[in-house]
Amino acid sequence: MEHLELFFKSIFIDNMVFATFLGMCSYLAVSKKVTTAVGLGAAVIFVLAVTVPLNWLLDQYLLQPGALKWLGAEYADYDLSFLSFIMFIATIATMVQLVEIIVEKFSPSLYNSLGIFLPLIAVNCAILGGSLFMQSREIPTLGLSLTYGIGSGIGWFLAILTIAAIREKIRYSKVPDALRGLGITFIITGLMAIGFMSFGGMLTGGDEAPKKENPTVETVKEVNNEVNANEVKKAHVEQSKSTEIAGNTKEIKE
Amino acid sequence: MGLLSKKDVALITDPLADNNPITIQVLGICSALAITAELKASIVMAVSVLFVLGLGNVVISLMRNIIPSKIRIIVQLIVVAALVIIVDLVLKAFAYELSKTLSVFVGLIITNCNIMGRFEAFALANGPWKSFLDGIGNSLGYGVILIIVGFFRELLGSGTLLGFSVLGDPIEKTGLYSIGYENNGFMLLSPMALIIVGIIIWVQRSRNKTLIED
Repeated sequence: MEHLELFFKSIFIDNMVFATFLGMCSYLAVSKKVTTAVGLGAAVIFVLAVTVPLNWLLDQYLLQPGALKWLGAEYADYDLSFLSFIMFIATIATMVQLVEIIVEKFSPSLYNSLGIFLPLIAVNCAILGGSLFMQSREIPTLGLSLTYGIGSGIGWFLAILTIAAIREKIRYSKVPDALRGLGITFIITGLMAIGFMSFGGMLTGGDEAPKKENPTVETVKEVNNEVNANEVKKAHVEQSKSTEIAGNTKEIKE
Repeated sequence: MGLLSKKDVALITDPLADNNPITIQVLGICSALAITAELKASIVMAVSVLFVLGLGNVVISLMRNIIPSKIRIIVQLIVVAALVIIVDLVLKAFAYELSKTLSVFVGLIITNCNIMGRFEAFALANGPWKSFLDGIGNSLGYGVILIIVGFFRELLGSGTLLGFSVLGDPIEKTGLYSIGYENNGFMLLSPMALIIVGIIIWVQRSRNKTLIED
């Protein structure tokens, strides 16, 4: 089922933090305590779930090349895609303002604990990135864009939850002085990103391939295998390119 | 350098090391990590941010007395978005292949926390010339980290720099490859950028003990 596949793909394989490093600034800044991380993660899921479908509608009926034909046949040639950035960021800023008002009304404690980070969601690259990836990957329907938004949000939420939990624990570990705080967080995030790469094989199996959701033990072997496969693949690609170029230069010389 | 006073020069040199936007202020990380697999992409991204931050700082600084406080984030976003659209169109026109590599990350310069952070922290409170220098300084600091990461990733990952093979030819087995050296393909994958930045932070904080957190 397309929706289920896109859902799991956007949580694990195209994880916003571990695959494309979107939303890193607030991810690093808010992950010192699990409770604030959970609050911010939930806000991000909600904002993504609202803005990605909204921007999909904008893209479909206003911005894409040829999108304006519902206004009249003479508008079919218009291509307003250069306005995407401004329109997407405008809808995101508006929606974040709305979320802020709702959160302030229904949960003042959450509003206070999030502080400055709630309005900062508007400039969180994860939100704009969600809309831009939706546009560049040409997600075909509104339902799929909603699935993509929610899935991406959950992926980001998962990432910030795990790093917050880990950071709370390593406060009691003997980390080298110069690495304490920011440095070790970078390295841990890098290691987690390597771990998440193991999910890459999740959706490439046949109909009988089981969906792996917690392959923590097998990850090491799989990562090694996948890395070797990637290296071999890249070496092959480089080799074939180099031989092609070598062949071409030989031809030119002759 | 008679044009610039000591404080002005400090505005440019501080962000290069002691107040570096990426390693100290923790701003602008997203785009710094994802596109640094090639040195060329890193340089182009650094130049784009230089343009956007430098000009953006000046524009916001000129408007600082007429922007109402309640909508200042929206005004900042519009200024940045307009500048980024210009950068995006220029890249698409003059360097199409590179714009494909950078793909959505050019658009994500809009949400680059470094740019918004400098608007809020500096341009809204200072004059245009100082804001321009601050913008140049911070984007140079950002660019330095990008170039270091891109340098190591491209060199160790594919043995090339800016596309030129510097370690020898992997097929003909010349240069370093003749003694059995292999490219570290892992460096081309994104998580290594995080680990390289972690190591840069380690080196920087070991040399300057005042930056260590507790």
